[in-house]
Amino acid sequence: MENQPVQTPVVPKLNEKLPVQKISLAAKAKRSFLRQRYLYLLLLPGFLYFLIYKYIPMLGLVLAFKDYNPFQGIIESPWVGFAHFEKIFSNSDVLQVIWNTLSLSFLQIVFAFPVPIILAIMLNEVRSQTFKRIVQSVIYLPHFLSWVVVVGITVIFLRSEGLINSILMAAGLDSIPFLTNPAFFQPLIVLQVIWKEAGWGTIIFLAALSGINPQLYEAAIMDGAGRLKQIWYITLPALKSTILILLILRLGNVLDSGFEQIFLMLNPFNMDVGNVLDTFVYFKGIQQADYGFATAVGLFKGVVGLILVVTANRLAKRFGQEGLY
Amino acid sequence: MHHRSIPDRILEGFNMLALLLIGFVMIFPFLYIFTVSFSSLSDFLNNDFLLWPKQWVTDAYEYILSSQNFLRSLGVTVFITIAGTIVNLFFTATMAYALARPIAGQRFFILFVLFTILFSAGMIPTYLVVKATGLLNSIWSLIIPVAISPFYLIVMRQFFLNIPEELHDAALIDGANEGQVFWKIVLPLSKPALAAFGLFYAVMHWNNYFTGILYLNDPSLWPIQVVLRQIVVINEPNSALGSTAAMLESPPPPETIQMAAILLATLPILLVYPFLQKHFAKGVMLGSVKG
Repeated sequence: MENQPVQTPVVPKLNEKLPVQKISLAAKAKRSFLRQRYLYLLLLPGFLYFLIYKYIPMLGLVLAFKDYNPFQGIIESPWVGFAHFEKIFSNSDVLQVIWNTLSLSFLQIVFAFPVPIILAIMLNEVRSQTFKRIVQSVIYLPHFLSWVVVVGITVIFLRSEGLINSILMAAGLDSIPFLTNPAFFQPLIVLQVIWKEAGWGTIIFLAALSGINPQLYEAAIMDGAGRLKQIWYITLPALKSTILILLILRLGNVLDSGFEQIFLMLNPFNMDVGNVLDTFVYFKGIQQADYGFATAVGLFKGVVGLILVVTANRLAKRFGQEGLY
Repeated sequence: MHHRSIPDRILEGFNMLALLLIGFVMIFPFLYIFTVSFSSLSDFLNNDFLLWPKQWVTDAYEYILSSQNFLRSLGVTVFITIAGTIVNLFFTATMAYALARPIAGQRFFILFVLFTILFSAGMIPTYLVVKATGLLNSIWSLIIPVAISPFYLIVMRQFFLNIPEELHDAALIDGANEGQVFWKIVLPLSKPALAAFGLFYAVMHWNNYFTGILYLNDPSLWPIQVVLRQIVVINEPNSALGSTAAMLESPPPPETIQMAAILLATLPILLVYPFLQKHFAKGVMLGSVKG
């Protein structure tokens, strides 16, 4: 790999086109490069990282159009055109997986997305700074736990001899097979996301709330507004643009469903409703070594995701915000 | 402030009560797991709702800490966390700084980074590159392929951009080169940012479990989260811990082993959490408001 991929081509091109300024420009470019050589040296490790582990894999996406044969390697394996992609849309498994991915995402948007907003408003209403800080410390904590721990806690509480079922049985009720009944899969995923990330999610909303001019509240109180009216007419409007932007950006990520969490929660009982695009790619590609098809599904997800995110970002910008990039 | 009507006060009371309840829901699993992990089997079986150990029994901890598998995976994770965070900070800070200075091609390099946030090649092609670069079944497969989080890179660049230009100018006039400015002036000034991102990266490494399964076939290289998954989620505490059971006449019940394992594997995060607390809000808000 070349070390300075942008610098090298620039110099000769300028030489040819502008013969009169040739020397001065070339010298200038050379001098500026020499002056900045330390910066390029600092840039190099990161640049190589992105090149090798982010961009070279993109070349590997040709696998999606090939019938991969491990003995022939990626380059020698025969081309199959769009056969894998046709398989995506004719394979009922994949269609089910796409449906699982989308429905899980929409459940999360409906049930998990609003929670940090409500929490932030509740925290904003607390007058005691000490109380507020203690509650914040506690609700941020789950964000730093691994998914293994969160799923482990779920299993410990919900298995047949776990705390919840012990309580149910002590109350004379039947125990509930939370972990094996597929009907509980999606609600559990959403609840886990709320438990782990709701507190963390309040940060951005609290930041937006800290920017509100306190005089607005004073004026509202003068006008006789109670707390609920203050929330409705001052707090919520202050959050509106942040909510809108985050919602749009979240919509751009509907195909991402949190690989680790779902992978950990999957078992033979809930595979039909729980298998999502990411886990499907893992099972097909890594476990069954069906590289071509798995790469095609991954590429499909990546391209649709890219279109969604770019569209979402453009929408966010249209609403007068900075967007993601 | 001075005129708080009665409905407002009631509302406030309810609000604080609700927040206390939410906080309790967040903390309760730990309290319960902590209690059970220190309880004897009979206390655990006889009390459906243990909230504090009746007698302190440390059998489960002794059992786990006598397991070679558990200690080895803990060692692997400690190594990955320390070495990984150093690699992360080195790669991220150097590139972020170079991109914060007026270098030729800056726009290209920034787009080069941003594009990877929007689109990635996906699991299979990345796996094949990790394999081709010889990292499969090496501990470095958990470190090198995640050397930079493009998002943290952008945020750190934003931090470097906020360092006053005059500082560079003064140093450059005094005869320092860009490298010296970076190592001797900018980095020491950036300790808060490095601490914040270092902690984020460290938590990422400590909690990493999937890449362990993906890239490491050799169980002796597995990080703690993979072993924890076997102990708790797959419910095979004894096979995951190895046969230390043979040495004990009556091994502690699997329930207490599982809960003690969760607490041991989470302990480091709980210990650094106060430091995290101090830094993360700054870290998160550094770039996200005006990214």
